[in-house]
Amino acid sequence: MRNNYLYILVAFAVIYLIRVLPLTLIRKPIESRFLRSFLYYVPYVTLAVMTFPAIVQATASPIAGAAALIVGIVAALMGASLLPVAGACCAVVLLLELVLV
Amino acid sequence: MTNNETKRKAFLDGLRDGVPIALGYFAVAFSLGIAARSAGLTAFQGFVASTLCVASAGEYALFTLIGAGATYLEVALLTLITNARYFLMSCALSQRIDPKTRPIHRFLVGAVVTDEIFGITIARPGYMEPAYNYGAIAVSVPAWAVGTALGILMGNLLPGRIVSALSVALYGMFLAIIVPPAKKSLAVALCVLLGFGCSWLCSAWGTLAALMSPGMWTIVLTVVLSAVMAAAFPVKEAQGDAQ
Repeated sequence: MRNNYLYILVAFAVIYLIRVLPLTLIRKPIESRFLRSFLYYVPYVTLAVMTFPAIVQATASPIAGAAALIVGIVAALMGASLLPVAGACCAVVLLLELVLV
Repeated sequence: MTNNETKRKAFLDGLRDGVPIALGYFAVAFSLGIAARSAGLTAFQGFVASTLCVASAGEYALFTLIGAGATYLEVALLTLITNARYFLMSCALSQRIDPKTRPIHRFLVGAVVTDEIFGITIARPGYMEPAYNYGAIAVSVPAWAVGTALGILMGNLLPGRIVSALSVALYGMFLAIIVPPAKKSLAVALCVLLGFGCSWLCSAWGTLAALMSPGMWTIVLTVVLSAVMAAAFPVKEAQGDAQ
């Protein structure tokens, strides 16, 4: 029988290195324009990839998830900040699933 | 403002922006706890794992492997794969750290680079303020850790429709992060649309999806699409740096 704490420790060590090495070793500003452009685009691409279609699959009803996606985009376009956008998405799912599920 | 007032304001901003993250984390962590429970973890072990790792896909992989009695090497490798995107995020963050920042902040802020905390950090203009991250961490990590422990303790007590509704809080937050810059920049809008489209293709095309785990797809799509965008639309001198 292996030790659960040792498992957790192994995972933590790997995750910590992944997260901290770039912050501690890469300390000079990056000169390459390509690399800077690449890093500039990374978060937008990653978050977009992680949002769709995951949002549609996260809810009990895919239709409610799709509605949350649309409501979230519209709310953000209208200038709502993090909490209102997240709250609007949750509310739409809760209300729609009262009917759909 | 004095230095301390600036720090205090950044910390409070972090707390405020961390609230929606904490809500989303709680729901996700609760379902993660249910997975940890079936893998045989105690509530305390789940709490420890979530406090240290703070990673959804990474912890899910960890708990699944523990349940399967995998080797430590397997755990290390799968952890590396499911969390590789944090390497990219930390690289991006490293460009936003004031060279005068004390080194200790690099080790502390770096420990909690998650998708969401990275998102709200990068969305702020100028150099990163560690106090802002500490504020976001102070409210979101306890929600994550307690959510995991409660998921293990209480299993399926939380009503399904509440879990379902809370689960989109995270994605709503992602949208709040990526949509406003996309409104201002055509290139960022293209990044978002390409991300949505390619991610959907990979997910819809069953055989493609089966080739790699969702975490791996996130890595591949991020690297390929960002590289294509960087080649096609290099940022101006002022962008990409601390703005």
